[in-house]
Amino acid sequence: MRKVLTGNVAVAYGAMLADVQVVPAYPITPQTTIIEELATMQAEGLVDLDYIRVESEHSAMAACIGASMGGARAFTATCGQGLFLMHEMLHYATGARTPVVLANVNRAAAAPWTIWSDQTDSVSQRETGWIQLYCEGNQEVLDTTIMAFKIAETLRLPAMIVLDAFFLSHTSEPIDIPDRETVRDFLPPFDPGDLWLDPNNPRTFGGITMSDAYMEFRWQIQRDMEKAKGVITEVHEEFAKVFGRKYHQVEAYRAEDADVVMVVSGTVASTGRDAIDLLREKGHQVGMIKLKTLRPFPREEIIAVLKGKKKVAIIDRNFSPGATGIWAQEIRSALYELPEGDRPLIYGYIAGLGGRDISVKIIEGIYQKTVKDDRPDDVDMWIGVNYV
Amino acid sequence: MIEIRFHGRGGQGAVVASRILATSIFLDGKYSQSFPAFGVERRGAPVTAFLRVDDKPIRIRTEIYEPDHLVVLDPLLVEQVPLANGLKKDGIVIINSNKKPPEFSGPFKGFRVATVPAGKIAVKYHLGSPQSPIVNTAILGAVAKVLGVVTLESLIEGIKTDVPAYTENNAAAAQEAYGTVSDVVQL
Repeated sequence: MRKVLTGNVAVAYGAMLADVQVVPAYPITPQTTIIEELATMQAEGLVDLDYIRVESEHSAMAACIGASMGGARAFTATCGQGLFLMHEMLHYATGARTPVVLANVNRAAAAPWTIWSDQTDSVSQRETGWIQLYCEGNQEVLDTTIMAFKIAETLRLPAMIVLDAFFLSHTSEPIDIPDRETVRDFLPPFDPGDLWLDPNNPRTFGGITMSDAYMEFRWQIQRDMEKAKGVITEVHEEFAKVFGRKYHQVEAYRAEDADVVMVVSGTVASTGRDAIDLLREKGHQVGMIKLKTLRPFPREEIIAVLKGKKKVAIIDRNFSPGATGIWAQEIRSALYELPEGDRPLIYGYIAGLGGRDISVKIIEGIYQKTVKDDRPDDVDMWIGVNYV
Repeated sequence: MIEIRFHGRGGQGAVVASRILATSIFLDGKYSQSFPAFGVERRGAPVTAFLRVDDKPIRIRTEIYEPDHLVVLDPLLVEQVPLANGLKKDGIVIINSNKKPPEFSGPFKGFRVATVPAGKIAVKYHLGSPQSPIVNTAILGAVAKVLGVVTLESLIEGIKTDVPAYTENNAAAAQEAYGTVSDVVQL
């Protein structure tokens, strides 16, 4: 079936098709229509789920963890300030090895008050041990929601779907809605194995752990995060086989013979394809890579694409004060493994914070600056800022 | 690709209008994309929404700076906001107004204008209140007639898909506006 849906409704369809069982919900713009849609779906009998109205995002995640430990498939959605309030519980979900799935609509941080898009909320959760999957269009949003459950449950690690506020959450466009039974074959019910809170076999998990054992629990998370790279690729491949749409942790677009490669994520990847095509028509040797995963970070794939390139221009719609954009930090660190001659020059750009548009013109401008400057002016360059 | 920018006020239905049009265009077998430039949600505040139509998938995900056409749901915005900013040379402006197009030759000099009494039509079909009618479905009838981006049949179908309340009245309002929108006048 094909329908015109917003990104938020696409998330709800994904969760519904995944037969999610527990949804603790707390509203916040621009996420609210996700949980509203799920409430409607439940009321109309489209999905059999327990909908819990909680008093905060912190409680929403706590309830997800409890439900997941009870063996249920749990899901919630939030953004910006809500994700910041959830932070403590995000760490807990990982440590408890609960495969909770969360949709985060990228919303910039207050103060000053804002509801518009940037990635500061999700990149701030980089160290929580959540798998993070960024999307460029509503089809990818729906497909990724379904895949996120499979990835999370295979690894017993929580996973976050990330979509730009308004540029996806409130944008309507036609997308394919997969057939429900086909999704059920692709994604069987969550099987917690022996690791769940069974009332008939009372046990406790996550109690106080002394230093002689704690490090082993952490190492297992790291071991499985490294394993996640392979699992995500397998799930992408299986999804492509069943549904005909292929996704990648690192997708190269016209990058093979490119002198300059732009690195983008989220909706900038979608607009970026138009910008790259336009520049190619004008004869420029430029390409792009779209990053879908921030965690696990696809170091090996990025090295393979960027090795030997002259210049790499990274667009970060986020910023770490006192350092640089997060994608730029990650890529610089990954490429340092290369011998000096194979290491491209890195141009880090900050753009589009607080919902400021990243247009084709802005992407073209970033490319032109990268070509013109023999070396970057600075460790990061802020685009379109009125310095006052 | 054709790009259309909607200008209205919170409560008039500009955002929903762009969404209904996206659905209707999809029902015509084309690709569409719509999205609102959200302010803070307040009744009466100026609202902008965007719509793109193409024969191939639409990848660009930014605001529309140089629209092909404009749809104006509140004629008073004409006095307050520089609506024609970026409008392409041969652009058509559809305005919800009881006046004739030449009366807008000040703000839209050099452009083509059509007017439709969408407010009056909305009141007739009990859409919103007489003080603040919901004019979105009426003005879409004019869009279907004047801009030709969607057929009337698909628009009616789109309204039935996306408008849960007063569906028949909304469809009738679109139909009436389709029949009563003025000719396009070069100003």
